Amino acid sequence: MTDLFDGYEVPTVNGRPAWDEMFERSTVARPAAATLHGALHALSRDDLDARATARDGRFRDQGITFSLSGEERPFPLDLVPRVIDAQEWRVVEAGVIQRVKALEAFLADVYGPRHVLKDGIVPHRLVTSSTHFHRSAAGIVPPNGVRVHVAGIDVVRGGDGRFRVLEDNLRCPSGVSYVIENRRMMVRLFPDLFGLHRVLPVESYPSRLLAALRAAAPTRASEPNVVVLTPGVYNSAYFEHAFLAQQMGVPLVEGRDLVCRDNVVFMRTFGVERRVDVVYRRIDDDYLDPLHFRPDSLVGSPGILNAARAGNVTISNAVGNGVADDKLIATYVPDLIRYYLGEEALLPNVETYRPEDPEKLAFVLDRLDRLVIKPVDGSGGYGITIGPQATDGELATARAALIDNPRGFIVQEVVELSTAPTLVGDRLVPRHLDLRPFAINDGERIWVLPGGLTRVALREGSLIVNSSQGGGSKDTWVLAPGRGDDELTDTPFPFGAVVAAGIQPDPGPVDRDDTAQQQQQQQ
Amino acid sequence: MLRRIAESLFWIGRYVERADDTARILDVHVHDVVDTADRDDAGRRMLLDVMGIASEGELDTRRLTELLALDESNPSSIVSSLRSARENARGARESISAEMWESLNATWHALALQVRAVELSGPHALFRFVPERSALFFGLADSTMSRDDAWSFLVLGRSLERVDMTARLLSSRVGQPAVAHDWVTLLTSCSAYEAFLRSVRREVTPGLAVEFLLLDRLFPRSVLHAMLIAESCLADLDRSSAPEGRVHEARRILGQARASLEYEPAERLLADLGEWLQALQAACSAAGGALAEQWFGRVSASPWQREGALAAFAKGSNK
Repeated sequence: MTDLFDGYEVPTVNGRPAWDEMFERSTVARPAAATLHGALHALSRDDLDARATARDGRFRDQGITFSLSGEERPFPLDLVPRVIDAQEWRVVEAGVIQRVKALEAFLADVYGPRHVLKDGIVPHRLVTSSTHFHRSAAGIVPPNGVRVHVAGIDVVRGGDGRFRVLEDNLRCPSGVSYVIENRRMMVRLFPDLFGLHRVLPVESYPSRLLAALRAAAPTRASEPNVVVLTPGVYNSAYFEHAFLAQQMGVPLVEGRDLVCRDNVVFMRTFGVERRVDVVYRRIDDDYLDPLHFRPDSLVGSPGILNAARAGNVTISNAVGNGVADDKLIATYVPDLIRYYLGEEALLPNVETYRPEDPEKLAFVLDRLDRLVIKPVDGSGGYGITIGPQATDGELATARAALIDNPRGFIVQEVVELSTAPTLVGDRLVPRHLDLRPFAINDGERIWVLPGGLTRVALREGSLIVNSSQGGGSKDTWVLAPGRGDDELTDTPFPFGAVVAAGIQPDPGPVDRDDTAQQQQQQQ
Repeated sequence: MLRRIAESLFWIGRYVERADDTARILDVHVHDVVDTADRDDAGRRMLLDVMGIASEGELDTRRLTELLALDESNPSSIVSSLRSARENARGARESISAEMWESLNATWHALALQVRAVELSGPHALFRFVPERSALFFGLADSTMSRDDAWSFLVLGRSLERVDMTARLLSSRVGQPAVAHDWVTLLTSCSAYEAFLRSVRREVTPGLAVEFLLLDRLFPRSVLHAMLIAESCLADLDRSSAPEGRVHEARRILGQARASLEYEPAERLLADLGEWLQALQAACSAAGGALAEQWFGRVSASPWQREGALAAFAKGSNK
């Protein structure tokens, strides 16, 4: 039998070997991944093929697909999970919580007293020049003080094994539905593997999100009505919108299903119109309310922002959060953590330069072919130039763009993305990956979903993991630290005692004893 | 309608529902997303216990699947149930629609392939196949059967089985320590989680989950709902069998059990949950017994005996 791992070789990034999530050295698995490695060793190519077929069929049936250049494809889940041990995870978890806390404080400050600007921690013009800074959001005070109900903090892992933050997503971070569906798929494909590991569950995400949304409701509402607001069925993340609404048991609405009267938001329900207290919106600020933002928006709800200002509805995540996940502001986050929390950042940033500083501009223009140039506003991997892989023409274009609009870009060192075994063709080969942990803030505490979305670049050597650029994903396993985790702690059965064992279900009429006579010959 | 046919229809309903429910229960047990190896052995043993199956030795999910799904010597395994459903349908072919017979027959023939696939890639495909075929069968029945006595017997069987199996499913949790997610799992196994969220609109707690599965009036897989359907079938059958307005014994048993369940304060119900669930199973069994005795009136196919003077003479001559 040929070994699926034959010829597996960890690649180098910037001349140094990348961190591999499974192997310490070639053929020697890391302790946390040893069991998984052993189990995969025992599998043949046919075993994996059978499961890949089952996976694609099931995803297609469920409609868990995404369109790549107009073609509908089953969601690309790689069959080999990524394992993170309890200790490594504790660092990520604490770092994410710390970061979200600081960013919440920053947002409250920017849309409130603005101490951080007056104290010169962040330049004034940086905030006001951000396309996501909305004056109209100033003065909207969320009922429980939370603006970032959901955060997705993208991290990558360098050759030294340390996690570093690539960027923050505080507006509508997406992908959590795939985390949950990936896990559901993996337990069906590999039930035995889950018997061998204690993997922290991800299933509680929707109920925690619902609890956070309910906690964010205006105080008036004792039984708050929560809705999910989607741009509609043609949005690329529509599957996720529907998934979250269904898993939370709340209505999924479009802008046209809502109506604002006297600064109160109602749902156009059959019979009596129902009042809406919390809108978990998956629509960008720009399209949310045509009275305040783009007047040509057809998917928003006119008047919703005034209703929020009047304290009659909570918009989640809050309007104007984009100012804090601006890639340029991200470079100030370690300063913000120091300023607001008096702590040092637990998760460092990826080394980033701000070309709007003329000195730094000159510095980066000198060595552009070794750096990564990213638009500040971009997402989905569009508009990124990776110096070492770019042609001369692409570099010249990037150079001109940088000189033309230095505020519009950040420049980073090439990040060293870690690798993990990934099924490509008939072998397991190393591919680069990142991680998006999700955090939920309910106002009392910030909870981080164990694991998160691992995205993997399926092309050899590629560092771009976005699914819109042909990336895949992996189920992310955070191993339980042993006993004592609250998700896995048994609670005694709350009522009633065990009764005697059951009896078999009643049998139907037993077989007739005239079978032989019935079988007489027919002429 | 022949008593024999009535009995067959009743049992077709029961067997198909039994296979369906068993697949659902196994699905969540085998594919529990928070499966924790050390604790689940007890859970699996408890499940076998409430299904009335004794087991020795190690009990992993594979063994559990074998015993409850594949074991032909267990008369209520999925495979046995689907075989019995087909056998009953074969004996009642002229009374059910061709579509219904074909669907059960095709299910039986496709089952072998599904069982082989369990070896290759795990049981998840089987656990989807069975509920889907069950839905297909009952869907075909719904659109091809006249709403006569035959229909009532089929739906009666399905409903009674649903009460019994849901009571067993709940019993498998009684007394077991559980993590919070287990209660979501429990609801999911009855396809009740989404309905629960939409109607209860709060986080799942053990009490709310049990209450929903026992007492919800609108959800078609709740115990109360299934009992109400069973009762209405029995009422229809009473009308056609005893125009003078008699209440048949099975209807009396079921109506009594339903009423005491329905009007018991929820907290008292939960306090004695184990006993309540056993009483429900007993009521199902008793109702089934009353049907067998009074309506199906099974006569044992014993060969004729010579009696009277001739027999006495024969005896006497043996002296």
